Amino acid sequence: MQESTHLIHQYLRHDKKFPHLWCPGCGNGIVLGALIRAIHHLGCSKNEIALVSGIGCSSRMPTYVDFNTLHTVHGRALTFATGIKLAKPGLKVISIMGDGDAMAIGGNHFIHAARRNIDITALIMNNSIYGMTGGQSSPTTPFGSVSATAPYTQIERPFQIAEMAIASGASYVARGTVYHARKLIGLIEQAIRKPGFSVVEIITHCHVQFGKYNQMGSHIDMLKWQKSHAIPVEKAGSLSDEALKDKFTIGVLANRDFPIFDQEYEKIRQAAMQAQP
Amino acid sequence: MAKHRTLKVVRPPALIHGNAAIARGAIAAGCRFFAGYPITPATEIAEIMSREIPRHGGTFIQMEDEIASMGAIVGASLAGVKAMTATSGPGFCLMQEILGFAYATETPCVVVNVMRGGPSTGLPTRPSQSDVMLSRWGAHGNHASIVLAVSSVEDCFHVTLKAFNFSEKFRTPVILLSDEVVAHTRAIFSPPEDDGLSVINRVRPSVPPEWYIPYENTARGVPPMAILGDGYRHNVTGLVHDVRGFPTEQKEEVRTFYERIHRKIDLNREEIEIFESVFLDDADICLIAYGSASMAALEAVHLARKVNLKVGLLKLTTLFPFPSKPVEEVLNRSRVVIVPEMNFGQIVQEVKNLGVCQTRIIPMNRYDGHMFAPSEILQKIREVY
Ligand SMILES: Cc1ncc(C[n+]2csc(CCOP(=O)(O)OP(=O)(O)O)c2C)c(N)n1
Ligand code: SF4
Repeated sequence: MQESTHLIHQYLRHDKKFPHLWCPGCGNGIVLGALIRAIHHLGCSKNEIALVSGIGCSSRMPTYVDFNTLHTVHGRALTFATGIKLAKPGLKVISIMGDGDAMAIGGNHFIHAARRNIDITALIMNNSIYGMTGGQSSPTTPFGSVSATAPYTQIERPFQIAEMAIASGASYVARGTVYHARKLIGLIEQAIRKPGFSVVEIITHCHVQFGKYNQMGSHIDMLKWQKSHAIPVEKAGSLSDEALKDKFTIGVLANRDFPIFDQEYEKIRQAAMQAQP
Repeated sequence: MAKHRTLKVVRPPALIHGNAAIARGAIAAGCRFFAGYPITPATEIAEIMSREIPRHGGTFIQMEDEIASMGAIVGASLAGVKAMTATSGPGFCLMQEILGFAYATETPCVVVNVMRGGPSTGLPTRPSQSDVMLSRWGAHGNHASIVLAVSSVEDCFHVTLKAFNFSEKFRTPVILLSDEVVAHTRAIFSPPEDDGLSVINRVRPSVPPEWYIPYENTARGVPPMAILGDGYRHNVTGLVHDVRGFPTEQKEEVRTFYERIHRKIDLNREEIEIFESVFLDDADICLIAYGSASMAALEAVHLARKVNLKVGLLKLTTLFPFPSKPVEEVLNRSRVVIVPEMNFGQIVQEVKNLGVCQTRIIPMNRYDGHMFAPSEILQKIREVY
């Protein structure tokens, strides 16, 4: 335990003058831990990493860690990340977003970043709700649940984030949970390693907002819910539709190679520079 | 990425339009990143940049909308590359939130707005000057802004260069206002030698990373700017932040932040305020104009002088910070001031706000999608002479 927190402490901004804003028991801390461990495994220097987030509880993450950190505006993290990656391709650019951030206000940027297959890693914390603003519906709030803005139940069907990323052309798409924290480290590490647009959808809990509205119990109960509802993708093939009902798959859902925007552009740049004016 | 390069080629005079001159000015200023989304009457800038920028080792990207374009240029600039986007009214509206982020994080960048009639889709192929106040106040919250206006092909080149220089020197976005007439009017342009141009680059930190205070409250108000990835790891946020870049709600720190981002512009007004005086010495009547309206105004002054009417022109290139000193001088000296604008009266309000004397201030407004004719301005001069 001590060893493990020691590792984390090497990456935290200890000189920051106030505590983090996450509620006790929030899943975001587990994601941050997994991200730090993944980066540590990769052996990158802190200078090489750029964390770019939007706005939301989850998007506060970069502020706490000693990398190049950018906390932008709601929904647009990927647009900044795109500029950074193209201007400084040597940086490993990791975009941190919430489900509302990435799928509602930022949905357009998300599908286009995937279509371009630009070399950015997108981590999306899916807690099924708008945490920061107090529990309003998000595009991932399940049909039939309740939120601060769906007091009579949510009548919109949710987006499937990972499936959307696959359909939009991302090179690498995985889904994990904060309950399966160890597995998450590996998924994030692989995502960063993979050239092209990589997405890790991370199922997490907001017991304070979503859990409260939907009687899901404490954060522990919600972690247990993740455990009982996640099916490793390798197993899913052998299960009946009935067994898969209300469940979600975890693991690597897509890993493939498409042209990568930054690499393709470099070819254009080289050709253009060689051409006679 | 490849090293940026400057092409050493002989550039003969050419017949080019304003949008092309903006693109050339940007390249000369060292712009090596352009993100944009097509929109009339600004599209040619993106098209030219898509062709030219990779030849100079830079990057062009067509984004999914103007919000994304704005995000991408701010990202690129934070990563150390001079960046620009170009748009028109509807796109400029979409950019306001991230423009605000650039003010808050003091990220240099240039945003070109080739004005057309509005609101809404308005008059896509017709000139207008109705985004002046939007340019000053578009992003919400307290911020100082630099807004420059161009009136000719020559201007488009040189003022674009200025825009980049100001943005780098003062760590701020700069808005460059053109309009459909300037954008598409062609003129013979002789590009100056690159060596003769003064190109300013942002000041980078020289202290070791552990000493670096990214938003230090310096006297000049412009802290050195570290580039993402160059070892000066720090936090960049659009939240009001302390000198270290961490969010704060402490009264003192909040005040310090706002005051510094205003001070850095205020202290340098003299350098930033660009204007031109034509026949002002003995003028009874003075025109104050900018953009394509200033071209008609200039012609009107020449016509007036031919018939011995004592008329002068104050042509404003810098609209904000509003050049109050030269305008005050004009107000003190002339009997009547006429402000022709292709809107319902925007800069004229700034002139009136100075309220220094009894001088009659006459707004002259066109909003029919057509530019001023010198003759109609002359007509107005005669009416009030
Ligand atoms: C343009 C804009 N609209 C709305 C908001 C208010 N807002 C802040 S965070 C947020 C939603 C956050 O939800 P999510 O992205 O799911 O992140 P979480 O807080 O759940 O981690 C909203 C709507 C904003 N900051 N900017
Ligand atoms: S509101 Fe929800 S998402 Fe936000 S910190 Fe609290 S538990 Fe986490």
